[in-house]
Amino acid sequence: MKYLHLIWAALFRSKTRTFLTLLSVIAAFLLFGMLDSVRVAFNSGGQVAGANRMITSSRLSITQMLPYSVVEQIRATPGVKQATYAAWFGGIYRDPKNFFPNFAVSPDYLDLYPEFALPQAQKKAWLADRTGAVVGEALAKRFGWKVGDTIPLQATIFPTKGSNDWSFTLRGIYTIKEQKQKGQENAMFFHWKYFDEANDYVKGRIGWLVVQPGSGDGADRVALAIDKLSANSDHETKTQSEAAFNQAFAKQFADIGLIVSGIMGAVFFTLLLLTGNTMAQAVRERIPELAVLKTIGFSNRSVLWLVLAESVLLVVLGGLIGLCIAAALVPMITTASGGMIQLPPMAMQTWLTGLLLMLVIGVIVGLLPAIRGMRLNIVDALAGR
Amino acid sequence: MKRLKGFLLGLGTVLALLAALVAWIMLPWYAVLGLAAFIALWLVLARSGKLALAAASIGIAGLPQRWGASAVIVVGIAGVVAVLVAMLAMGEGFKATLDKTGGTDSAIILRGGSQAETNSVIMRDQVPLIGSLAGIARGADGKPLASPELSQVVNLPSMADGTDANVQFRGVGEAAWTLRPQLKMIEGRRFQPGLREIVVGRGAQQQFRGLQVGKQLELANQMWTVVGVFESRDSHDSELWTDADVLGPAYQRSAFQSVTVKLDGKNGFKQLKAALAADPRLKLDVETTHDYYAKQSEGLTKLINILGKVIGAIMAIGAVFGALNSMYAAVAGRAREIATMRALGFRGLPVVTAVMLETMLLALLGGLLGAGLAWLVFNGYTVSTLGQNFSQVVFQFKVSPELLWTGLKWALGIGLVGGLFPALRAARLPVTEALRAA
Repeated sequence: MKYLHLIWAALFRSKTRTFLTLLSVIAAFLLFGMLDSVRVAFNSGGQVAGANRMITSSRLSITQMLPYSVVEQIRATPGVKQATYAAWFGGIYRDPKNFFPNFAVSPDYLDLYPEFALPQAQKKAWLADRTGAVVGEALAKRFGWKVGDTIPLQATIFPTKGSNDWSFTLRGIYTIKEQKQKGQENAMFFHWKYFDEANDYVKGRIGWLVVQPGSGDGADRVALAIDKLSANSDHETKTQSEAAFNQAFAKQFADIGLIVSGIMGAVFFTLLLLTGNTMAQAVRERIPELAVLKTIGFSNRSVLWLVLAESVLLVVLGGLIGLCIAAALVPMITTASGGMIQLPPMAMQTWLTGLLLMLVIGVIVGLLPAIRGMRLNIVDALAGR
Repeated sequence: MKRLKGFLLGLGTVLALLAALVAWIMLPWYAVLGLAAFIALWLVLARSGKLALAAASIGIAGLPQRWGASAVIVVGIAGVVAVLVAMLAMGEGFKATLDKTGGTDSAIILRGGSQAETNSVIMRDQVPLIGSLAGIARGADGKPLASPELSQVVNLPSMADGTDANVQFRGVGEAAWTLRPQLKMIEGRRFQPGLREIVVGRGAQQQFRGLQVGKQLELANQMWTVVGVFESRDSHDSELWTDADVLGPAYQRSAFQSVTVKLDGKNGFKQLKAALAADPRLKLDVETTHDYYAKQSEGLTKLINILGKVIGAIMAIGAVFGALNSMYAAVAGRAREIATMRALGFRGLPVVTAVMLETMLLALLGGLLGAGLAWLVFNGYTVSTLGQNFSQVVFQFKVSPELLWTGLKWALGIGLVGGLFPALRAARLPVTEALRAA
C-alpha cells in the first residue's frame, strides 16, 4: 500500500495512452455487464427463494390442455398442500405490438404467489366480480389503467359468441417488491370460470396446474405421484419444479448462454491483447526508470509487484467504471423498451464474476512485462542496451 | 487563447469525423469504389499524392518491425467484425428461411384475428365451404386444390442435449404436396393416408433425436413410423408431416387450424378475399403464404439486428481506442523518422495520408480476417429458435456478401477514427524538438 502513489504516478505517466486503454477496458466490461444481465434474466426466470412450487402440464406438449377433472384428483393426492390452475388466453390489447401475457386462473391462484402483493380490498373486489381482472403495476402504468377501468381484449385463440371481443373490468393492481421479479408485473389475470363459460371452443379444460407440496413431503415423490394419476391416459402430465419449467421454456429461444459466451470470448480476447500491448509498451519505455529503482535498493520482487499492481489497477479501474455504466444502463433499457424487455438490475453474481475477471486479466496482462522488469540487468538497462 | 484554438480545432475534427462516419456507413458500394479509385489516382498522379505514397511505403515497410502493435489493430478489428457479421448472419438466416417459405401463388386461411396457426381454429364444416370459393385453383380431377391442415406442437428431445423442444407436427391433406412444389423427398417415401406414418423435414432430423427412417416414435401414446425425409429449404424443413385425418383423432382434435389453397391465376387472391368477405358463415382471414411467413420473421430479425449492431458498436468503440493507442505509439516511436521527412520537405498532407494509409491497411486486413473467420465458422451453422407458432424453426446462419461488405465497412470506419488523430499529431510534430529527441 505504501507504494500506491508510485504505482499511481507510473500509471498516469503517459496520460493519453492510459486514458485510451482505460476506455477500451470500460467498453469491454460495459458489454460484459449488460450481456451477463441478459443471461441472468434468462436463467433465473421466476425463481423465488422458498416458494417451492411445481408446474404440472401436459406431457404431450405445452399447447395441449388438460381436463378440469385432474384438478380434483391432484388436490386429493397425498403430499399436495395446494393446487391451483391457469390457462393461457393470448388476448391482444389494441395492437399485437402491445403483447403482454394474460391468463385465466383459479380464484386461489394468487395465494401460491405471495410475492404478488395485492391489497386485500382489491382482492375481494376481484373475487366478487365475474369479469374482473388484476394486472401488475408495470402493465397498468404502461397503458394508464386505473382500478374500475374496462379493458377490451381481442382474442387470438378463443372467441366468445362468435366474436373476438372480450372485455374485463380492472379490479386490482398488484406489485412485486423483489427487483428481479419485476418482469412479472407485466401480466394480467382473470377468472377461469368466466373464460370457461364464455369461450366458444373449449369447455372444462385448463392449461396447467401450480402445485405446492406439503413442507414435509419430498417434491420429487409428490411429482411422481401426480404424474402416475394420468399415466397411460390420453392426458398424461409432466410435473417439474417451476424453475425447471421456466428454464426449459427460455432455452427454446436458441441457446442464449452459448451466444453470450461466444461474444464474451471475442471481447475479452481483444481486450487482453489491447491491454497487454499497452503494458508491454509502458514497461519498455520505463526500463531506465526501473533500473534506477533497482539501483536505489528495490528488490527484484518489488519491481515485479509494482508492475503487476499497475496493470491490475488499470484493469480494475476501467472494469469498475464499465460495470457501473452497465448498471445504470440496464434499468434504462427496461424503461426505454416500454416494458417489453424486462431486465433485472445487475446481480451480485455479475459484479463478483466481473471483479474476478478483472483480477485475472490484470495479472495475465501484467505478468510478462513484470517478469521482464524483474529480470532487468541494472548495468545494461541504465546504459540503454 | 492558443489553448482555446486547439480545443476548437479538436472539436471541429471530432464533428467532421462523426459526419464522415455517418456518410461512410450510408455510402453505397459504387460510391465507395469511386472514392477508392479517386484516391488511387491522386496517389499515383498528383505530386503530393506521390509524396504520400512514398511516405506510406516507408511506414508500411516498417510494419513487420512493429508487429506486436500492428497485430493489436488487426486482431482487435477482426474481433469486432467477426462478432458483428455472425450476429447479423443469424438474423439474416432466420429471415431468409421464412421469406423462402410460401409464395404469392398460394394463400393461407386462418380464423379471423389469429396471428399464427396455433391460435387458429377452422371447423370441419367450414372446409367444404372454403373449397367452393372463387379464386381457388382446381386440380386435374376437378377438386379444389386446398389442404386443410392441423398443426400440433409436440415435444421431441433435441440433438444437442436431449432437452425437450417444441416441434411442429403438421397434419396435411392430399393437396399439400401439390401446394408446396419445392418440397422434395430425399429419403424413403411419402406417408400413406390413413396410417400412422410420418415424414420428417431435413432440418428437424438434424436437430431432434430419433427421426431416422424406419425408426418408431411414440407420440400421443401411439407408435408412429418414420417413413421418409423431405427437404424444402424453408421453414417446413423443421416440421414433421402426417395425414391430417390420422393426426386429428390422435390428439382429439376435430377442427383444423388452417387451410392452404392454391390461387387461381393472377386475380385469384383478390377473388378469394372478396368471396371470403361476402360469406357470413366464414369469419376468416386470408393472406398469401409469402406474406404470412414473412410477417413471422419481422420481430425476431429486427431484435437480432439491433442487438448485433449495439454489441458491435460497443466493441467497435473498444477497438477504436486500441487502434488509437497503437497508432499514437507508432507515431511516437517514429517521431524522429517523421521529423526527418518533414525536414526534408514532406508537407502535412502527405504525412497525414501516409499514417492514414497505414492504419487503413491494417484495418482492412483485420476486416478481411474477421469477415473470413465469421464466414468459415458460421456460414451454414444450423440452430433453431422458438417461432411464432410456439414451435422450433430450424435455420442456418447466412453470411451473405452484403454482410461481409458491411463488416469491411465497419473495419475501415474503425481504421479511419483510429488513424486520424495520430496522423494529425504526426503532421503537427514540432520538427526541431522531435529531431533532438532521443
